[in-house]
Order: sequence, then C-alpha cells, then structure tokens
Amino acid sequence: MEIPGDRRYTTEHEWLRAEGAEAVIGITEYAQDELGDVVFVQLPSIGSRVSAGAAFGEIESVKTVSELFAPAGGEVIAVNEVLTEHPELVNDSPYDTGWMVRIRLDDPAAVNSLLDAGAYRTTLPPGS
Amino acid sequence: MAVLNGIPNPAKDGLLRLALAERHVAAGARFAPFAGWDMPLQYAGIVAEHEAVRTGVGVFDVSHLGRAWAIGPEAGRRIRSVTTFDVTTIPIGSSHYSLYCNAGGGIEDDIFVYRVAEECWLIAHNAASAEADFVRLAAACGDMAREVTGETVMLAVQGPQATALLAKLLGPQCAEIAPRGCFEIEWRGTTVLFARTGYTGEGGGECIIAAEYAPAFWDALLAAGVVPVGLGARDTLRLEAALPLHGHDIDPTTEPYSAGLGFAVTLDDGAPFTGRPALETFAAEPPPLRLACIRATGRGGVFRSGFAVLDAAGEDVGVLASGAFSPSLRTSIGMAYLPSVLAKPGISLAVDVRGRIEPAEVVRRPFVHGSARRG
Repeated sequence: MEIPGDRRYTTEHEWLRAEGAEAVIGITEYAQDELGDVVFVQLPSIGSRVSAGAAFGEIESVKTVSELFAPAGGEVIAVNEVLTEHPELVNDSPYDTGWMVRIRLDDPAAVNSLLDAGAYRTTLPPGS
Repeated sequence: MAVLNGIPNPAKDGLLRLALAERHVAAGARFAPFAGWDMPLQYAGIVAEHEAVRTGVGVFDVSHLGRAWAIGPEAGRRIRSVTTFDVTTIPIGSSHYSLYCNAGGGIEDDIFVYRVAEECWLIAHNAASAEADFVRLAAACGDMAREVTGETVMLAVQGPQATALLAKLLGPQCAEIAPRGCFEIEWRGTTVLFARTGYTGEGGGECIIAAEYAPAFWDALLAAGVVPVGLGARDTLRLEAALPLHGHDIDPTTEPYSAGLGFAVTLDDGAPFTGRPALETFAAEPPPLRLACIRATGRGGVFRSGFAVLDAAGEDVGVLASGAFSPSLRTSIGMAYLPSVLAKPGISLAVDVRGRIEPAEVVRRPFVHGSARRG
C-alpha cells in the first residue's frame, strides 16, 4: 500500500504535507480503503481554525462515518471544494486530487513530531 | 434436490460459515458478522457492486436465510395457520410473500413461501429469526417440516441481464415463467430450485442448490461474467426498491398495514391464523402511521437508521427505520413511519444528521424502478 515519503502521518491515518509555513492535509490510502466508497466529505470553512488532534470535519462512506483529525494546528486557507461534487476523488487519489484542506501552520516545527512514512507503516496491520 | 437435515458448521469466533466461504475469499470478499453468520460485506466495493446489479448482473450468496421444506398432506393449510397470506391460493409453481405475526398483529418475521408441488412447499426465513421461525413452522406442520439451511446454498442472481443469463445456464424456462414462478430443474446431475424472485427490484431469480454442487454453480456464474455482490450493496439495492428489512422497517411492534404490506395478509378466506383478530382490527381503520420514502434534497450527509425526522416546523415526527446513500440517485434515502398526513409525496421534511438539519422530502415508492417491472 502506497505511503509517500514526502509527507508526515498520524496514527488516525491522516497525512500532512508541509510547504514552508503552510500544509496540505488529507487521508491515507489505507484509510480510504478501510472506509470504502466515500460519498460525503464535510470540511471546515476558510478562515476557521483547526487544532492538532481535534476533529475538523467528517468523512462518510456508504457503510460508515468517521471524523477527520487535524495533524497540526492552524488557520484554514483553502478547502478542496471539488470533493463536494466528487467525493470519490478521496478513493481514487487520496494523496493528490483527494486532498482536503490547506492550513497556515501555527508552528511549522511541530510537523517534525508527526510520524514519517516508515513509522506510519509500522502502525498498519501486517500485509497492508 | 437433496433434502437433508443438518446445521451449518460453526466457524471460528462462533460465527456460522457459508458453504462457499472459500469461493468468497477467492473473489476478494471482506467479511462482516450478520445474524450469526460470517457474511461477505463487499468484494470490489459497494457502489461498483450496486451498479453491476442495476446495469448488468450480480450474484449474492444468501445462504444465511433459513430454508425449510414442508411436505405432506395438508401442509399448505398448516402453513396458513401460522402465516398471514392464504398460501393455499398460491398456484403450483409459484410463490408469495407472507408474514409470521404475533397475537397482537406485530410482524415476527417476513418470509417467502414457494409452492413447488401440490403439497410440497419451501419456506425462506430471515437469518436472525430462522430458529424461532422453524419452531413456529414445525409447531404447525409437525415432522412434515424439515430444516435444510446447512445442506443447501441459496444464490440470488439479479440484474437486467440476469434472467437471460439464467435461461442460458439452467434452461429457457427461467425466462418463460412469470415473476414469482418457481420450478425444479436438473443441472449437471443435481436439482436446482429456481424462483423468479429477489430483493433488489431487478429481474433474475434465486437458486437453491445442494451445498456439494454449489461451488461448480458459483464458478459457472462467475465464468459467465456475473459479479459477486455483498451484503452492503444488498442493503442499498433493497432500500432503493423500498423493500422492508425485518429488524429495521418492520418488527414485532409494527403491523403490516402501516408498512404497506396489506397485500401479504388474507382475511377474506375466514381461515384461522396467528394474529387474525388483531389484524382484523387494524384492517378496519386507515393506519395512523405509514412507512414513507424520504429522499434528501441537499447534499449534507448519509441518512442512517435512527436519525430523527422533522417536519417543516422543526418538530420531531419520526425516526428513520432505514437509511443509506443511494448509489443510483447519488443522494441519501431512507424510510420512516410518519403520521399519515405527512406520508405523502412532495411533503417537505428534514433529517437530523448528527445535529445538522438536512432538507428532505417524501417521495413515491420505490425510490428506483429496477428491471423487474420492465420485465
């Protein structure tokens, strides 16, 4: 299962890709596979604040609903509006066009405390 | 058809194991417990499987349904004594939906009764109530009732292309008989009980085959291009067709008329059956509540069973008995018992999706017309 090395991860299966003082957030390949067909994504509004470890939205598949947890704190500066009409992008492209929010990081250094790709892989069931 | 007694082999963790479990694993199934069985929840994905049934042909392993024969003198009259529909009016080679009601008229289970010959009947029960149902059937039929769930496999082959495919695989009679028709047919040295029935709103049928022949039958279906479909899509398909699920839309506290199941109750024959006096009372008055079809008009989240339904003024008027994302309509749908005055197409409502009030409206049933109606 793909786990790109250019970003950081949480044990809740979100990823965060830092770009200087900003960061893009989404969910992992494993997460989308566990959820199954994603049919709704509820995202925060631009200008709202997210806190590290706190829920910032909801993702629903045909069979279940899950909260989305922010890997780091900051202000939401963009959300992936395309997911409103095309939530299936989360399944098709979880690391790219299925991204969820872009934030301005409160503390860019805090990103270093998140899991790297290798550490995240160890949290997945064997064979994932 | 082999008629044998037996119970399914318990799998690890106490769940019952399907005879075709290895075939499901090979087809990529993810399993989930359902009514004591280890059942395929999905294979390729719920939406893809759903679409396969709406546009092509899919196969569901529904061997978890309880199956019992009742064969012998007056078996039909005896079955009738515990079910709501006058099964003795079912022509030989046909089938009908019926109910087991309690003395209060509440629905203990919904069932399908197949009349294979004059006094040769097969009854299909829901998995969750199969044990109690068999006790009920045996109380009426004595040792004419024989449980065959573990010895047989039941496969539902459904979709607009299903009838033609079954006609090719089993015989042209599959396409020639009317909906709900049933008959036994030879297939590679065994007997298959075929019925033109299902739970998706699509054409096709259900096949009951001795467990030892089932792997070859399954393989033949998949080789012909039939897509394996799990319980996840079974639920979205049946809800689009507005078919009730026992334990959600109907249960021992609900009566048939509110659920729109009056067609499964026969009162005019005068024959005694469990629940008759209570059902006569219900039948005399229009039901105060009706099971209504509700469709989201916005895009705010999946309707799920248990969510509150609100009227235009924001007052609680009911609870979703079933809810799901409809892959065909690309929006949320559900069913709820509503006061009859609100259970009318076009009425504006809302559903409380975890605190978000999402707009919805009552629509005509079913949500989706499958190919069954188009023949």
